[in-house]
Amino acid sequence: MRMGIAEALRTAIAEEMRRDPNVFCIGEDIGVPGGWGGAFTVTLGLEKEFPDRMLDTPIAENGFFGVAAGAAMMGMRPIADVQYGDFLLCAMDQIHSNVSMLRYMSGGTVKLPMVMRAPVGATGRGAQHARNTERFFVGVPGIKVVAPSTAYDAKGLLKAAVRDDNPVMIFEHKLLYGSKGPRSESGAVDATSEIPAEDYVVPLGTAAVRRPGAHVTLLGWLLMAHFALDAARRLEAEGIDAEVIDVRSLSPFDYDTIGRSVAKTGRVVIAEEGPKTGGIAAELAAGIMERFGGSLQAPVERVASPDVPVPFAPVLENAYRPSPAAIAAAARRVAQS
Amino acid sequence: MDPMTTPTTTPGPGAASDSLASRDKGFLLGLYERMFLIREFEEQVKYLFLAGSMPGTIHQCQGQEATAVGVCSALAPDDYVTSTHRPHGHALAKGLTPLEILIELFGKGAGCCKGKGGSMHVGNLAKGMPPAIAIVGGGLPLATGMALAFKMQKRPAVVACFFGEGATSEGAFHEAVNMGAIWDLPVVYACENNLYGASTHISKVMRAQSVAERCSGYRVPCRTVDGNDVVAVHDAAREAVAECRAGKGPVLLELLTYRMTGHSRRDPCHYQPKAERQAWAQRDPIETMSRRLLQRDDITAGELEQIRNRVSRQITADIETARREPEPTLADLTTDVYA
Repeated sequence: MRMGIAEALRTAIAEEMRRDPNVFCIGEDIGVPGGWGGAFTVTLGLEKEFPDRMLDTPIAENGFFGVAAGAAMMGMRPIADVQYGDFLLCAMDQIHSNVSMLRYMSGGTVKLPMVMRAPVGATGRGAQHARNTERFFVGVPGIKVVAPSTAYDAKGLLKAAVRDDNPVMIFEHKLLYGSKGPRSESGAVDATSEIPAEDYVVPLGTAAVRRPGAHVTLLGWLLMAHFALDAARRLEAEGIDAEVIDVRSLSPFDYDTIGRSVAKTGRVVIAEEGPKTGGIAAELAAGIMERFGGSLQAPVERVASPDVPVPFAPVLENAYRPSPAAIAAAARRVAQS
Repeated sequence: MDPMTTPTTTPGPGAASDSLASRDKGFLLGLYERMFLIREFEEQVKYLFLAGSMPGTIHQCQGQEATAVGVCSALAPDDYVTSTHRPHGHALAKGLTPLEILIELFGKGAGCCKGKGGSMHVGNLAKGMPPAIAIVGGGLPLATGMALAFKMQKRPAVVACFFGEGATSEGAFHEAVNMGAIWDLPVVYACENNLYGASTHISKVMRAQSVAERCSGYRVPCRTVDGNDVVAVHDAAREAVAECRAGKGPVLLELLTYRMTGHSRRDPCHYQPKAERQAWAQRDPIETMSRRLLQRDDITAGELEQIRNRVSRQITADIETARREPEPTLADLTTDVYA
């Protein structure tokens, strides 16, 4: 069956809640009858089947992320979500100081099987509902981070996250949800997939080669995985054969898959939505150079946003977001150097 | 008692709560012993820090023994507590052994957190205490979530959540208590009001006249209790725990007490007026309990002395055992990050 990411996530959540009575959802506006099913319809209607396991919270992100963590410590498997990834910063103390560390601080006795979902991406809302906040959770030991760019992955990664005994953050892109009706997004990109009827997971910690190629490796995640594929199609016409990897797992990185590609192409471009300085692409570039520097035939290039907050004006927002053309231009430079 | 002012008169032994005559002797001696255990533990640990033989920093709870012991004595073994940066008393009251805490404080591999927690994070989940949360207010949402799990799992357990009055200025306090309230969760919010957040007096940071007043808008029962009277704390906690178990939680207890030592090591407490210190010294929870116990015909000074000597010897012996424990291995550095 063909689904968008929002529907695939909804299906995954429902299946996991049926499978395990300890799974529950906690967040703002997620299970209000007649409401929205969260900001992007992901949990729409689930309260009908699970009236006791869809917890609508006060607007108190730090509080309810801590509540989710406490429940996880006592054997529940919460799925906590924020309406916008920016609001994770309100919950930063609980996520950074409790969720990520309690296991280590306890000498390995505490388990926190909890999922944290967050929509990210610049989408016509100005600066504070727009940041790609995944950068703040990469390099936080104790947390796993994934960022699906297709409906197939969204479902499989969410299921893997629910079944994992660690805290897992799932970043979702607003332009990829495929939300319909009043919650649809202008500028949305098709991320629908054929979803198998049978149960499956996509293992955490794995990247996916979306397009094999020989000349240059393009790395991206979320929207940038789609833009990298777009760039590869443009490059193909010029005789540049780009390999596109959907990084997909941001913590840990799948250096096996990335390394095989770098060994083959010797050239790397990393695309990231978000300010260039201190971004995830910086860590990836450093990690690639440390591990596979001997294979590199050209310096790694990053294509990222300028070091500014996300602007509102559509013309400026489009300039903020790395474009397929910019990714293709970087790939040309790298391929020809 | 007005929590915003210091006591100007010294309450007599019987002024704090009713006579102990009707109480079980073993129960009362148990409370006394546990309070003395905490005091003696803290005093010997303080010496170790000042002597430089223990690493790190410490936040100690001399003077606040009755809050920890009074609350924990009202809990069942399957109940939980959450604690703060000042957790030694809570841990000992909940049933962690002095030895497992001492080994942790020495940073040795067999400590209650394998040496990865230290003084501010002591805990033992198997004994109902997750690692203490040293971010002020950070334990409140966690405790609330533990209680949510109990309710969803239909477990009869209760969580007692310790925090200081300083934490009630944190958003986490308000967010957590509100969620505990709207979902009727089995949490006893146990506020140890010792008048000072580090060095800042509560009157400088709170217009309300008490934590109970500050909290009353959440429609949670908020009860102010003499936190230096271990029996009064026990009774209040027992009632609160029973209410929580009956689905009538949460309850907030404001336990009025006083820190008779520095905020952390080497803090000389110059911000505590001398008269205030002296007044609270007259209300030392262990001394007060001792006086009240000796009013009974069946408890002698020698009996109490025996308890004190036994506890002191045990802690001294535990310290020597803990010192000899092996350090963690360097391989331990990178374990226990993920399950």
